[in-house]
Amino acid sequence: MEPRVAVGDYNRSTGDSTLYTTSQNPHVIRLLMGAFVLGIPEHKLRVVAPDVGGGFGSKIFHYAEEALCTFAAKALNRPVKWTCSRSEAFISDAHGRDHVTKIDLALDADNNFTAVRTETYANMGAYLSTFAPSVPTWLHGTLMAGNYKTPLVYVNVKAVFTNTVPVDAYRGAGRPEATYQLERVIDKAAIELGVDPIALRRQNFITEFPYATPVAVEYDTGDYVATMDKLEEMADLSGFEARLAESQAKGKLRGLGVNCYIEACGIAPSNLVGQLGARAGLYESATVRVNATGGLVVMTGSHSHGQGHETSFAQVVADMIGIDENMVEIVHGDTANTPMGMGTYGSRSLAVGGSAMVRATEKIIAKARKIAAHLMEAAEADIELKDGQFSVAGTDKSVAWGDVTLAAYVPHNYPLEEIEPGLEETAFYDPANFTYPSGAYACEVEVDPDTGKVTIERFSAADDFGNIVNPMIVSGQVHGGLAQGIGQALLEGCGYDENGQLLTGSFMDYAMPRASDVPFYSVDHSCQTPCTHNPLGVKGCGEAGAIGSPPSVVNAVVDALRRGGHDVTHVDMPLSPSRVWSAMQG
Amino acid sequence: MPQVNMTVNGKAATGTVEGRTLLVDFLRETLGMTGTHVGCDTSQCGACVVHVNGKAVKSCTMFAAEAEGAEVATVEGMAAADGTLSTIQQAFQDHHGLQCGFCTPGMVMSAAALLRDNPKPSEAEVRDYLEGNICRCTGYHNIVKAIMAASGQDVSSIAAE
Amino acid sequence: MYTFDIERPSTVGDAVKLLSDSTESQPLGGGQTLIPTLKQRLAMPDRLVSLGGITEIQGISQDDGGALCIGGGVTHADVAAGAGAYAALAGLAGKIGDPAVRNRGTIGGSLANNDPSACYPSAVLASGATVVTNTREIAADDFFDGLFTTALEEGEIITEVRFAVPQKAAYMKFEQPASRFALVGVFVAKYADGVRVAVTGASEGGVFRWAEAEAALSTNFAASALDGLSLDGSGMISDLHGSGDYRAHLVAVMTRRAVEAA
Repeated sequence: MEPRVAVGDYNRSTGDSTLYTTSQNPHVIRLLMGAFVLGIPEHKLRVVAPDVGGGFGSKIFHYAEEALCTFAAKALNRPVKWTCSRSEAFISDAHGRDHVTKIDLALDADNNFTAVRTETYANMGAYLSTFAPSVPTWLHGTLMAGNYKTPLVYVNVKAVFTNTVPVDAYRGAGRPEATYQLERVIDKAAIELGVDPIALRRQNFITEFPYATPVAVEYDTGDYVATMDKLEEMADLSGFEARLAESQAKGKLRGLGVNCYIEACGIAPSNLVGQLGARAGLYESATVRVNATGGLVVMTGSHSHGQGHETSFAQVVADMIGIDENMVEIVHGDTANTPMGMGTYGSRSLAVGGSAMVRATEKIIAKARKIAAHLMEAAEADIELKDGQFSVAGTDKSVAWGDVTLAAYVPHNYPLEEIEPGLEETAFYDPANFTYPSGAYACEVEVDPDTGKVTIERFSAADDFGNIVNPMIVSGQVHGGLAQGIGQALLEGCGYDENGQLLTGSFMDYAMPRASDVPFYSVDHSCQTPCTHNPLGVKGCGEAGAIGSPPSVVNAVVDALRRGGHDVTHVDMPLSPSRVWSAMQG
Repeated sequence: MPQVNMTVNGKAATGTVEGRTLLVDFLRETLGMTGTHVGCDTSQCGACVVHVNGKAVKSCTMFAAEAEGAEVATVEGMAAADGTLSTIQQAFQDHHGLQCGFCTPGMVMSAAALLRDNPKPSEAEVRDYLEGNICRCTGYHNIVKAIMAASGQDVSSIAAE
Repeated sequence: MYTFDIERPSTVGDAVKLLSDSTESQPLGGGQTLIPTLKQRLAMPDRLVSLGGITEIQGISQDDGGALCIGGGVTHADVAAGAGAYAALAGLAGKIGDPAVRNRGTIGGSLANNDPSACYPSAVLASGATVVTNTREIAADDFFDGLFTTALEEGEIITEVRFAVPQKAAYMKFEQPASRFALVGVFVAKYADGVRVAVTGASEGGVFRWAEAEAALSTNFAASALDGLSLDGSGMISDLHGSGDYRAHLVAVMTRRAVEAA
């Protein structure tokens, strides 16, 4: 909800420029703006973005105002500030998700999926924004196998320029679009074939991993049967008929929509994206600095704009050493005191940023063990670390974390001929693959047949995020993603008239979901197939809710209309009351 | 340029303002109290909610001059002098009712007004009351839960983790 | 916003003087519509005359005839809480905007503005209410003059709105999903001498009375009296949120529901 802001500042005596900005990735902005726009070397340019009020992708990109403020501050030798009003945001923040797609699904006589063909026109807007061309191509096309063992997948994407505001990544970035098309056409197939939409999906699930899809990516692990089983239990599907009767007694239509999703996130392996045409590496970084008295500062290239990294990252490090979380401070968002990192988006912070932090902490622990071994005159191989104590296996000799850290900075009893003083390590982590969260969602809606208004009555989400570090934060991410997906399905959309005038220029016309538009959600992440290729075994959870939910809602509304006797097989989003009502008129 | 005088969180506050100075801008820029936020320009998002003479008001849709002589309460006044969080704030923390935190001051101030008028609101009443408070991060689940918990109601049956 | 001065008179007389002198002045009620308008730079008064400090235009009371008299400066929240004698009106006020907006927005401000999607115009028109200003009394049927236009003269202030309390009444509002204003709002009021049906949100001309429905309901106050009655979609607002035909359809639906709820 925080609109964009940029403050440029210039220090004439040092020649240093500073940009304060609402960015999800300050280092990226420093590199792009410094190297390609203003010609400022990185060591003379600092970008600070510590406490940003939400981003969801729209704050990844380098926006012109950032460069203008930085330039103007130097030209005028005084700070220059620009604050975006919400109306200005509607005409300048990158839009998302503008695809027109035709998708075909082929099945054999036994209802096995044999092929998927999809052709998409993807709007780029009037100018190419930072990641724009990658979103409908690599982040969308590579997900068209979905959770299914369809052997043939054809994807053709044409990116087009129009007169709209530039379009770029937004929560899910390509994967909501892919999931939506696939899960909608599967539901359409179920209707045409007269088969149960859940059975049709189950029959076609990938069940053996790793699975090399026909569209370039290889899923490392997953269990789509488990999440569907969990969903069926959570969503009380057997109680639907009774709830249907209750709705009907009130004169309302009721529908049930079920779907799966899989997504590729934890972006990304640098050499893979390089081969695909990306001009960026997508590693992450962490410097772990241990202080003499035992506290740690983790300087991460990840960025927190609501994800609670200060909590979850501290948890990970504290758990590795066995000390209290309050001894770990997480620093992010300032290029002056964090190593070069690519920032937070693409559900990558724990999977990639967390892994960098783990690797750096492993180096710290390895060195600390050497120090402990020296202090206790034992062999390094016999040193065990548990609950913040180093002990010698098979003895009662131990030394506390704080003693080891002090020794590192007061190296009097210390193996100086083998290791340097100090206890600070950096790691850069480049992931070996994307990660592949997946799940199954169910949505029940009521439709008022006289007005077309849809209400969400129930929403259940069974997700597999691999290992979970902080369950409350994970649930919160899913809640927020579900609300955005429900918003996309029922309320949201940027409208332009035939003259290119933006019609949805404020919240008066762009419908945002309010608390009364959504119920309490039922979310579960107990199905866990750990990621096989990062040290935490985590898959990332930030975007899943927004990826899996739009088809749930639309499937449910179509189901409601059909049960109400209307021969409708599809309605385009947003399913505003007027659109639903029009669809019912035939 | 006219002077304006009001009480903010129990302390006298005074400043020179223009006619067009909004109450939110007086709080943020003149008094330096940046807890109250601006998230839109159509008076819808609620990030700017404060209390004026005991009533929830959108401070972006009121001029500072209109608050002359008024008692204004902002989020900065919710915690105790020693920093102990108010019941509502503590509930938001306990139940993860905030993520980026931008809408939170408005949510907390709206919740305070609600619970003053309706000490044990139902889920539907809470959701209705938040019609003028938009959040993009939480999906509202934990906000509603936090407010009901702050009212002393049992929220253990509301799906959490 | 362009710059302007703000004056806060304490009497209607002082307010009128300020509004009629040579400075470009506009009255400021709750500001919930005027301030967003000023932010868009769609208005450029040199002075705003705040009515918020004028006690004469506060208060809710009933006169000897039982009519509900609401001061022009009374907020929507106060009408919701204090107009219990006319429950449908109190209910309408309680659903305008959101709680914070209701604590500032006033009935006088809403009526003077005559937003085609506002709720109050339908209540006033359906009740045949009287709009009392500092100079005269205006019957509801004469007050509304089209989009954002009323019978008010420059510098004329609404001091009170007088509602005869009907035998039965209800307001049904279908919200535009973004603004939450009335996409279509229908106020139905049954008096001894007949039924009035006023529709807001639907027409390009602003609030209007649905004469056909009034006639049918005056004969038989039941939803079935509306069977077969419909409105033409042309002349209804057509926009991103719904076609004229959809609005016309909603008018019939909301009228029916209002009758059932009355």
